[in-house]
Amino acid sequence: MQARFSPIGTPVTLNRRRFVQGLAAGGVLAGLPGLLHAAADRAPGTVTGAAPVLRGTEIDLVVAESPVNFTGNPRMATTINGSIPAPTLRLREGDTVTIRVTNRLREATSIHWHGIILPYQMDGVPGISFAGIAPGETFTYRFKLEQTGTYWYHSHSGMQELTGMYGALIVESREGEPVRADRDYVVQLSDWTDEAPMQVFAKLKTQSDYYNYNQPTVADFFRDASTDGLKSAIDKRKMWNEMRMSPTDLADLSGATLTFLMNGTTPAGNWTGLFRRGERVRLRFINGAGNSFYDVRIPGLKMTVIQSDGVDVEPVTVDEFRFGPGETYDVLVEPKDDAYTLFAQAMDRSGYARGTLAVQPGLTVSVPALDKVEWLTMADMMGAMGGMAGMDHSAMAGGMKDMNHAAMPMQHNMPGMNHGAMAMDHSQHAMAENPLDKASQTVRHARTEYGPSTDMRVDMPRTNLDDPGIGLRNNGRRVLTLADLSTVGGPIDPRGAEREIELHLTGNMERYAWSLDGLEFGQSTPVHLRYGERVRVILHNDTMMTHPMHLHGMWSELETADGAFQARRHTIPVQPAQRISFLVTADALGRWAWHCHLMFHMDAGMFRQVVVS
Amino acid sequence: MNTLSILAASVLVLGAAPSLATAAGAHGQHAMDAAGAQSESGASPMKQAAAPAAMPMGAMDHGDMNMQGGSAPADARDPHAYSGGYTLDSGKYALAGPRQLRLADEHSFGTLLVDRLERVDTRDATSTAFDAQAWFGRDYDRLVVKAEGDYANGRLEEARTELLWGHAIASYWDAQLGLRYDTGEGPDRSWLAFGIQGLAPYWFELDATAYVGNEGRSALRVEAEYELPITQRLVLQPRGEINVYGKKDEANGMGSGLTDATFGLRLRYEVSRQFAPYIGVEWNNKFGQTADLARAEGASTRETRWVAGLRFWF
Repeated sequence: MQARFSPIGTPVTLNRRRFVQGLAAGGVLAGLPGLLHAAADRAPGTVTGAAPVLRGTEIDLVVAESPVNFTGNPRMATTINGSIPAPTLRLREGDTVTIRVTNRLREATSIHWHGIILPYQMDGVPGISFAGIAPGETFTYRFKLEQTGTYWYHSHSGMQELTGMYGALIVESREGEPVRADRDYVVQLSDWTDEAPMQVFAKLKTQSDYYNYNQPTVADFFRDASTDGLKSAIDKRKMWNEMRMSPTDLADLSGATLTFLMNGTTPAGNWTGLFRRGERVRLRFINGAGNSFYDVRIPGLKMTVIQSDGVDVEPVTVDEFRFGPGETYDVLVEPKDDAYTLFAQAMDRSGYARGTLAVQPGLTVSVPALDKVEWLTMADMMGAMGGMAGMDHSAMAGGMKDMNHAAMPMQHNMPGMNHGAMAMDHSQHAMAENPLDKASQTVRHARTEYGPSTDMRVDMPRTNLDDPGIGLRNNGRRVLTLADLSTVGGPIDPRGAEREIELHLTGNMERYAWSLDGLEFGQSTPVHLRYGERVRVILHNDTMMTHPMHLHGMWSELETADGAFQARRHTIPVQPAQRISFLVTADALGRWAWHCHLMFHMDAGMFRQVVVS
Repeated sequence: MNTLSILAASVLVLGAAPSLATAAGAHGQHAMDAAGAQSESGASPMKQAAAPAAMPMGAMDHGDMNMQGGSAPADARDPHAYSGGYTLDSGKYALAGPRQLRLADEHSFGTLLVDRLERVDTRDATSTAFDAQAWFGRDYDRLVVKAEGDYANGRLEEARTELLWGHAIASYWDAQLGLRYDTGEGPDRSWLAFGIQGLAPYWFELDATAYVGNEGRSALRVEAEYELPITQRLVLQPRGEINVYGKKDEANGMGSGLTDATFGLRLRYEVSRQFAPYIGVEWNNKFGQTADLARAEGASTRETRWVAGLRFWF
């Protein structure tokens, strides 16, 4: 069933390398026409690499099974028009598009237009917006495009997204593209497993750290003890072990089962985008992965971020950004050399997706080494408490003394924590005229968070947005954070919040159960929004993982802890022990989905229905 | 030792479960003070949450917060407060008919773990031992089957089979209720079983079950395991087990009181997470009347066992 791990005695490295790197292409790029190349177009039946582009107002999509081979093991994928990624849809603002989706699978399917504002019946979530598309049926989506930017689309049925159903959706401005770029590439990142996704799920339910091969070991302990001293080595582990939590639980799936793809191409396949020297290149990064957060950089090139989640932001120049499933970033680069590596390492450092920007096909430059795995810190576990050690706050003095030995070993890599909840105290009185001017900081756990469905609660969350997250802190590179994003033109609705909704992101890693407020979807009731109201949503992360939270149908307008508008998003990543807030204008009647975009978290029940009426 | 004291001991052991569950969060009052100082309202809900039962372990001497376990304060937030009376399948805009969207929280999963399937060598004999556990169900309620026993000379020496309903009672703990059936060389015995299984702080896997049989019999069995990863694939697993019986069962070679204790070390190599060969050594000691019965039969009361076997699950 699984040929992943070689038996003892055989050379593990060879098979292992092929598995992580994927199959390489035959190096036949030079003769291919066109600017965009499929580097690994070796799977008969499924086109990978260069997604075909479809334009116009009438589009036909066919969902079917088609064979792929990313690792040397032939597998069946679920594809749209036979390609991975699915065709790139280039649509025009103001157009009403008709998209006919025909299902040639043996099971029901669906397509969700991620980030597109449309009537709820067109949103494509089976069981909420419509009944789904039965085998043999054609469903006609029809909606008007009232926005511009980079979006994407994917199946919302079962695990079909993970098995190949994702593609880019670009809405072009009627007035012409305001950003000048000589080249325009979609760079869609995803991940692939040769295993059946539900089998992966069953394994996680049995052993949630099944795919984690970066667990703390006895060998690590002795190494720490010899470099930092025995006491320090013990302290570093004490709280984790006491709480039965793993400091390296960064991604539920890893390179042990995933092959990381860039435009449907393995690292060995090396997707390549071409440019001429002096050109300005726009890269539309889309994270269409089922499970993987990616840390993206192009060694030697600065990236100027101009759009996030399809919405223009004030340009900000960075070396690197992290994004989770569902999020998109558009960046501009101005390459001067002949070739650059597009490097997207998975957050857990178990592998990477990779491609190349080059002046001619076949050029490559070195691929950076994976960064080393960092343990989660106290800030990731306890929020503001974890980073307080350096803070000057008289009220804390008594407590800090006791805290110190627990916090010390972890505090060395904690930037920006002084923006946390504690620092806000002083300004609170001045701001008190309207309590809804900024998000409430009173933590209110749901009563259903005290049972078997959760393994921890955070009482003192961090609220700062300027933390790039675990593994990216103080790495010597300029890393994008949410605090860097500033949507051009401000919020879509000038009104302040009329009320607050507080939802906690919860889970139990040992049971591999994921929920909101400690309740999985099946036991939940919808969140009701009154039509037309402006509401503040507070998402409070009571887990040690980052969750990309996607609200369908309406924008999520991210704000700072002070209540200042930050950015308009469709998917908001909430870091461990973080409390984040955004405003929503409930202008979309109907029923909508709202969930974590990590596939297994979503399917485990970290999912809510929203009713706007 | 009589049945009553066995049951009392069982209650003590089993009663430790909720304590263990809250242990990790039963202190760190200063953290709560800090939270109170931060909150504008003096009546911080966190303060109430911060008062669980007394610290049972005495092991938690440093400043973590009340992050795990505990019970909800009276004013904890209602998770349905935002529903406005809507449910998943009723109210405006709901699709017709029964709810169609059912996620994995409403699906059943299952697994069979053969924790030990091993050849056992002692000075006097060799035998084959097995210890398996299967479950089927959802996250919080599942059917559990446990089977343990050994064969020697082509005969089943002894076997214990349990059929249990497991119900999650805390983050890391399931309560289990069901039946146990013993068979083998001696007379068969049936028991009612009640126990807890889960993960104690510091990653100790615990399985403690009390049994009540007919003719006034009672028993208690406690098993603990620990997984110590030497590398990502090489795992040392210490394992201990004690058995206590409330009433002498001479036909099965059991005295009343503490009958035996076992401690073992197994070193396994995980070819995959699901398939791991191992070698190990185990020491077993019989005590009290049980030891007397063994001596009377000419058997030894303490044994060193060398084992080699397979751990696998699917």
